[in-house]
Amino acid sequence: MTIQFNDETFRDDYTFRNSDWAIKRFPFPFHEDSYMYSVNMEQHRGGPEGSVFEKRFDVDEHYISEMRDRAIVLAEDPLRCQSLPHMTLAGWDLLELIMVSKSEDYPDLFELHRNGDKWRWINKPLGIDDTFTFMDDASLPYGPMEYITRQAQGDFAVLDQRENNLWMDAGMVTTQADWSLDFDIGMNFFEWHAPVPRAHEMGVFKRALKFLLNIQQGSPARRLNWTMTVNPLLDTSPENYHKWGVQKTSLMPENIGRKQHLRVELQTFYRLPRSNALVFPIRCYLIALDDLVTVPKWGRRLHRVIRDLPEDLATYKGFIRNRPMILDYLSQYDDGKPTSPGIWPDLETEPPLEK
Amino acid sequence: MSAGTQKIPVIVTAKVPLNELVTRFEFQHAEGGSLPPFSGGAHTVVEMQDGDKTRLNPYSLMSDPMDPSHYAISVRRDDQGRGGSVFMHDKVQVGDRMVISYPVNLFPLDLTAKKHLMFAGGIGITPFLSQIRQLERIAGRFELHYSVRSAALASYAEELTTRHRAHVHVYHDDQDERIALADLLRGQPPGTHVYICGPRGMIDWVRETAADLGWPDAAVHYEEFLAPQSGKPFDVQLAASGKTVTVGEHESLLEAIERAGVDAPYMCRGGACGQCETRVIRHDGTLLHNDHWLEDDEHASGEKIMPCVSRFEGKTLVLDR
Repeated sequence: MTIQFNDETFRDDYTFRNSDWAIKRFPFPFHEDSYMYSVNMEQHRGGPEGSVFEKRFDVDEHYISEMRDRAIVLAEDPLRCQSLPHMTLAGWDLLELIMVSKSEDYPDLFELHRNGDKWRWINKPLGIDDTFTFMDDASLPYGPMEYITRQAQGDFAVLDQRENNLWMDAGMVTTQADWSLDFDIGMNFFEWHAPVPRAHEMGVFKRALKFLLNIQQGSPARRLNWTMTVNPLLDTSPENYHKWGVQKTSLMPENIGRKQHLRVELQTFYRLPRSNALVFPIRCYLIALDDLVTVPKWGRRLHRVIRDLPEDLATYKGFIRNRPMILDYLSQYDDGKPTSPGIWPDLETEPPLEK
Repeated sequence: MSAGTQKIPVIVTAKVPLNELVTRFEFQHAEGGSLPPFSGGAHTVVEMQDGDKTRLNPYSLMSDPMDPSHYAISVRRDDQGRGGSVFMHDKVQVGDRMVISYPVNLFPLDLTAKKHLMFAGGIGITPFLSQIRQLERIAGRFELHYSVRSAALASYAEELTTRHRAHVHVYHDDQDERIALADLLRGQPPGTHVYICGPRGMIDWVRETAADLGWPDAAVHYEEFLAPQSGKPFDVQLAASGKTVTVGEHESLLEAIERAGVDAPYMCRGGACGQCETRVIRHDGTLLHNDHWLEDDEHASGEKIMPCVSRFEGKTLVLDR
């Protein structure tokens, strides 16, 4: 299908919108009416046609505008993109992975022509047509990781693997849920996860690390994570907390349906071939509550999840203060009917709201 | 893992005897086109159809990781082994179709190292061949110390010394040449990492000497694939799949589980990677642990076993598989 790209903003006037197509394919993260941490990984081998899981790197209607927003963030704060010296090889691995995947998965949008190490990359939505020498750092306008992640939606953490651990040694991070690459750079897996409540005690990180260390070339994995964001902000970084944190106080019963967004991360994990590093793309999807509740099952379920979430998790996810108002809103869309298992909207089979 | 492991159909395109023990095999993609690039030190698991028996042996990839046109492995014939290397030497011919796994690396270069100091013994040279190719590309600094029984059995020594005269040192046992290990380790610049691949004795010697000299564990890397040991046959009950199977004398526990049609996870099949770790539900007897993966207290607990290399002697063994 041809994607109709939106012209929209994720700051100031917030013209970001999801089309009906984008709403129906939204990656709703709750497979049941409650939520607790788990090592909820599965193979990343495609998914239902049209879903965000179908392609290796999902491209949607927000692509061009998201890349424009990334460029604004980088111009203001170049430290959002960093790569320690030993990670250049992993950057080339990532460039190859994204170029090969996108040109195969979206041949009408992207083309890659390889003649030995002479490569030509055409990105039609962004109007790019570059020829360069693979593995020659000087032949691109940026380092290989920065070059390709300025053309790929979502954040990218590139993790070196050594000492039976993973190290946050490179990344492009401009659409993050309140964590900082500049703070985490060089940290290991346990260090950068230190702020997360409960999961350490539950042994989640030990199990997750073991899983990640064993991810093999050709067998990527994925999981979903979520939080809540007021206004469709991609850049909810600690660096800019003074700009967006205060916006949480702007929520009112009259505007909550438009302003409060569920923020979902599609996290994928790929072993990179030449460097043996792991890349961790973190793709952010936003949906306003007004749009989310157009799917009756999701409205019912989100109400139950938010209502029953333990206090420390609601605090960590940053919406404890607004939870009562969010619940007032969501309770209008919960008629107490049972919900079908799984994350899919099930629009044809789930009953309409009776309230 | 088995279910998750991607496999590649290949054609054997070359079979080159190097000396009386070692033969090199080269593979190309059976459907044409490129093989996946890999990182220096990676291995592939080669599937061998030996009559009604499927053998799965890991071999280090020794070709250039950046050259996707072919892979190469070198197989040392072991007439006392369980038969995989003999099958490769005697049965596999140019033109045969085989199946190999995607590359997996349990012996990668630490790219933060300022210098890579390598110790190879015998056929343990193979992972270093691909690592050195990788280091050539990224202008990495290395030094290889290669111990062989004799000049006649020194696989690839001539190519290596020709290409890297100042960085490769070969030691011949039959001429009483010995690596001056302690002196070498003492003289290294800060930021050097040590890599060892060879027989058990060599690995232990280098690791212990380095530890005595104060080298941190994190800067000492080694790879030793254990071949599964033969032993007395025993029965195992697979609780999750409701099956009981007898593990033969020359068969590994993992192979018996697979023969029973149970899809068990694995990666290295040599006791190193941890992928096949299996919970022991009950046992009345002795678990014979042969792996590098579990800690001593885990071995002692009797709660876990690595079925790729470990065995059992006794009355009852029940696994969560």
